Amino acid sequence: MDTPRAQSGLPTSSLILDINGIAQTVEVHPWTTLLDLLRSELELTGTKKGCDHGQCGACTVLIDGERINSCLKLAVTLDGAEITTIEGLGTPGDMHPLQRAFVEHDAFQCGYCTPGQICSAVGLINEGHAQGRDEIRELMSGNLCRCGAYTNIADAIEEVLSAQAGTPQREAAE
Amino acid sequence: MLNQSKTVGLPVSRIDGPLKVTGQARYAAEHFGPGMLYGHVVSATIATGRIRAIHTAAAEHFPGVVKIYTHDNRPKTAYRDSRWKDAVALPGHPFRPLENDRVLFDGQPVAFVVAESPEAARDAAGLVQIEYLSEEPHTDIVAQRHESYEPPVPRMKQFMPPPPRGDAEAAFAAAAHRVSADYVLSGEHHNPMELFASTVLLGTDGALTIHDKTQGSQNSCDYICGVFSLDPGKVVVKNSFVGGAFGQALRPKHQLFFAVMASLDLNRSMKVEMTRQDMFYLTWRPSCIQTVSLAADAEGHLQAVMHHAVHATSRHEDYQENVANWSGLAYKCENVKISYEIAKLDLATPGDMRAPGAATGMTALEAAMDELAYAAGIDPLELRIRNFVHRDQNQDKAITSKALHACYREGAARFGWAERSAAPRSMREGDDLVGWGMAGGIWEAMMSKGEAKVRLSVDGSVTVSAAASDIGTGTYTILGQLAAEAFDCPVDAVSVEIGASDLPKTGVEGGSWTAATTGSAVQAAAKAVIKTLLTHAQSMENSPLKEAKVQQVEIAEGRLVLESNHQIGVSMVDILEAAGLEAIEEHAKVGPDMLTMMRYASYSHSAVFVEVKVDEELGIVRVTRVVSAIGAGRILNPKTARSQILGGIVMGIGMALHEEGMIDHRTGRIMNHNLAEYHVPAHADIRDIEVIFVEEDDDMASPIGVKGLGEIGIVGVAAAVSNAVFHATGKRIRTLPITVDKILQSEAV
Amino acid sequence: MKPFSYTRAESVRDAVAALMANPQAQLLAGGTNLIDLIKYDVAEPEAVIDINRLPLKEIVELPDGGLRIGALVSNSAVAYDPRVKQHFPLLSSAILAGASPQLRNAATTGGNLLQRTRCYYFYDPASPCNKRDPGSGCPAIGGLNRIHAILGASDACIAVHPSDMCVALAALDATVEVEGPDGAREIGFADFHRLPGDGPDRDNTLRRGEIVTGVRLEANHFAGHHTYLKLRDRLSYAFALVSVAAAVQVADGRFVEVRVALGGVAHKPWRDPLAEAEFAGAPAGEETFIRLADRLLAGAEGRGHNDFKIPLAHRAIVRALRQAVSGHPQDQTVKAIQ
Repeated sequence: MDTPRAQSGLPTSSLILDINGIAQTVEVHPWTTLLDLLRSELELTGTKKGCDHGQCGACTVLIDGERINSCLKLAVTLDGAEITTIEGLGTPGDMHPLQRAFVEHDAFQCGYCTPGQICSAVGLINEGHAQGRDEIRELMSGNLCRCGAYTNIADAIEEVLSAQAGTPQREAAE
Repeated sequence: MLNQSKTVGLPVSRIDGPLKVTGQARYAAEHFGPGMLYGHVVSATIATGRIRAIHTAAAEHFPGVVKIYTHDNRPKTAYRDSRWKDAVALPGHPFRPLENDRVLFDGQPVAFVVAESPEAARDAAGLVQIEYLSEEPHTDIVAQRHESYEPPVPRMKQFMPPPPRGDAEAAFAAAAHRVSADYVLSGEHHNPMELFASTVLLGTDGALTIHDKTQGSQNSCDYICGVFSLDPGKVVVKNSFVGGAFGQALRPKHQLFFAVMASLDLNRSMKVEMTRQDMFYLTWRPSCIQTVSLAADAEGHLQAVMHHAVHATSRHEDYQENVANWSGLAYKCENVKISYEIAKLDLATPGDMRAPGAATGMTALEAAMDELAYAAGIDPLELRIRNFVHRDQNQDKAITSKALHACYREGAARFGWAERSAAPRSMREGDDLVGWGMAGGIWEAMMSKGEAKVRLSVDGSVTVSAAASDIGTGTYTILGQLAAEAFDCPVDAVSVEIGASDLPKTGVEGGSWTAATTGSAVQAAAKAVIKTLLTHAQSMENSPLKEAKVQQVEIAEGRLVLESNHQIGVSMVDILEAAGLEAIEEHAKVGPDMLTMMRYASYSHSAVFVEVKVDEELGIVRVTRVVSAIGAGRILNPKTARSQILGGIVMGIGMALHEEGMIDHRTGRIMNHNLAEYHVPAHADIRDIEVIFVEEDDDMASPIGVKGLGEIGIVGVAAAVSNAVFHATGKRIRTLPITVDKILQSEAV
Repeated sequence: MKPFSYTRAESVRDAVAALMANPQAQLLAGGTNLIDLIKYDVAEPEAVIDINRLPLKEIVELPDGGLRIGALVSNSAVAYDPRVKQHFPLLSSAILAGASPQLRNAATTGGNLLQRTRCYYFYDPASPCNKRDPGSGCPAIGGLNRIHAILGASDACIAVHPSDMCVALAALDATVEVEGPDGAREIGFADFHRLPGDGPDRDNTLRRGEIVTGVRLEANHFAGHHTYLKLRDRLSYAFALVSVAAAVQVADGRFVEVRVALGGVAHKPWRDPLAEAEFAGAPAGEETFIRLADRLLAGAEGRGHNDFKIPLAHRAIVRALRQAVSGHPQDQTVKAIQ
């Protein structure tokens, strides 16, 4: 790949990642985080950088189905992993139930923390530890929202959680 | 036209929502172009002094580094201060990055590294070594309060205290009930979730397209054209999506300067994204110390109000906000003395943060009102009702509308305030002390000058455009609603074009004036389109609208019709086709009505009720319930409006309980410059919040009857929390935030 | 960030050899702390050795009813493991009190043990710090020390260990299993982390080249009587100001055994087994709780901003003992303190 990364003379490794269902070969430095890989190299900017230190949750993606802060994951460690970002959950014309619920409940304002909130909520539902509002609040606390949409986010997740109760959960990468 | 409300006033979901929830909305750092370079800022690690030397050799040799800028090699920029002053600049000298060897504040940008990749720029920046000659910093507002001064050049006339009324000191001394105390607010940091960023895309002809995190694309555009002497016709600044700002992005930030500087110098496209740490060295809500003295007669009627405020500013600029004047207009009182000063600290220039001034000053006033209620033995809500005032006594003007009684009544009813037992520590639940507190809020309802364009096409689609910004406020949606209402079409038939400097002139998005201003401009432009339609309709043969006046027509179901009889009219398509037009486009300008402004003042109001539970033994506070009743004129969209208020409340809870920039005053450096140690409320901190919009008709505040919602939600919240903590614990904590250490270390009264 | 080389260890032996080959090498597991530190230029390894593919991902039941938790088992996996929840609910609770679900999904058992302090000055490379840069000084003394130590500190360092999980492991008398150039050995939990003394750059007693391979828990009688009580500045996603892990065994209204470990107060999870032993046989009631708290905090020393931690810790100990004795451990979801 004729990228600045490869040209710089600094060490790189090649790896294969399955990103939103598509296997891709990428070239990374040892220190390239998954977040930087997604946002700069792959131009998948739906995943956000809010702090770059695991302190805000805006960069949350699903790695092999688990919600993870992508800013603290070195891409090079993920060879062979399946990664689902917000772009892989739905599109404006075909939204994931959580995406629809977020719109309906106005569960965001500026929208910057939103992809992380939604990916985190997908993880939360997959984990199956949240039954009610107290659990939603506690288990979504790794996603800060400075616009203060928390109550609406809880409403949106609660709606999807109760709709899915008893029915098989939609796969993250679907 | 707007009374029928098929769209306006309904809880329409955000029209930009699907883009945001699917990750398709692109923010300032999320644009790409060929040959992009990346920049990283090196920040000073002293608060005041000089740079003795900068060693860049190691960084320059780092693979991928293109150039390193310091004050020794910065390209030439404008000389005069006036060229550096943006539209909302302050009295004083605007900061010029890399101007000289002087360090004015911790975190000041002192070098700028450009490289072929963002990682290379960042990693090389870590290799830049700087030697400083450090001087003794002064960063503590409490220690510097005696060095304060009245701003020699007011930022705004209305920020200066009104002349004293009556004799506040004498009335205070003679009154039956008196309270007087100091209230201290720590410096706060906006911390919008999006990092400040600018992407400069270089066009083939030297034109620049710049994606900037800003609350005003035209302000950023004018600024860089001034600083770099650029042809404004060759620069477009875009801010289609802004990941929160809360006032921090009103003024252009140094990443914009650096991105443009390097792009011009190197003739390459550039991207510069700040770190979270960098964002603690920008615009912040100034630390402030206030003395509020209130006195009342035996029945609780205010006899004297005195409010003295001193807040921080920087060495180079005189930041000012209206902290104390609210005390002269919130309640009826004949004896008022307000004073306001600022003090220079070795910190970055503070700036507007959500409800600047009011959030700080009303917190002190409303805490003092609670203290007075207890001193006088009167219910805190009742005390406020007894001192209700219908006039702005500061300016001696009538008020356009004030539904504050309704806020009190409806908020109290929903909260259950009547069930409150007055004595502190008298309500309990298990190990928790329960506290109920309330406070009032005010914010000025402002409208500024603004323009908009509306285009009606032959296919029935409508396009609205203005250089407004949507910083999460819902601007896209309400503008779409207003146009849909005017043309009786669905909201999704309207495309809203905002967030670019080449659109019709609009001020920065701040002060809660966007809805009133741009909304009114859209309405005016829509009316102009209808007028033009009518003119064309009347030149049609046998037009049924021949005699109609513009006030008598409206659009209904695709036809221009008589308001009084929808049977009489002409289809819009027929009108356009008859006129041989593809579309009609009209442009409108609006501004505040000067005659109204001379006679009236206009404010939004709130009453906020808070329940806290405080573990008696451990002093841990939880806000368990909030009811906020808002009087803010017409609500265009109750869904997005409610979100604005929720956001204000959450930030107010942060102000009350969490937020504090911690400065080591020995070095003048902010030490908790991250989101792990600068706490903003998390999900778990926020429980039930109820928002009530009370009925308030106001056709004077703005042509569309709105007063703005961005600020009023936060005003009073911190006071209500602190009053609730007092009610729960009997402890008056006058230094925010109210953290567990303060609760444990203070005595119940 | 300083560039580093990357290698993937295929075996524990590989990892040990790589550490021995380069004193500037560091092991990478979940990365939630190391990558954070590298980005702040606090950690500057020349070589990063990825141990994520080592076979240390199992939780194994031991014949005596205990568990062996592999060093690479994620914090989430430990917290939600049915065996941990049943037999070591204190550990599960402490883990769920820490960080966020995303961080717990990534963070590992071994990594949690090796977390570094959240001291502001440690995290700021422009500040002196004896832990980061030995001999440079400790600005937290006389500076911003609201979050700092009240027990076991030294004139060189007043930082605290930030882990929640480790406080529970201290109370449970866990054993840390390590492997190094000289083979495998075990370290009692109390001896794993160290006090700062005059060498605060060392957080623990691992020797050069050693890698944590697992944590072992012995069966105990505390499953019904324990709690993890964490007090912090916001109700979730914040480090502890003070935390208490309490585990007790009560018979006939008296303590058979009482264990109290404190977090957020010292350079290591704080325990005082001698003091605990004095209370075996004491009535499991309020008066004993207070005397035990007095005893545990007898040597506590504030540095100004953190003075409040002494009364806070005292009350937290009493409260935690009340919770543990009554069999009502703190629920980490419900924010009311029980």
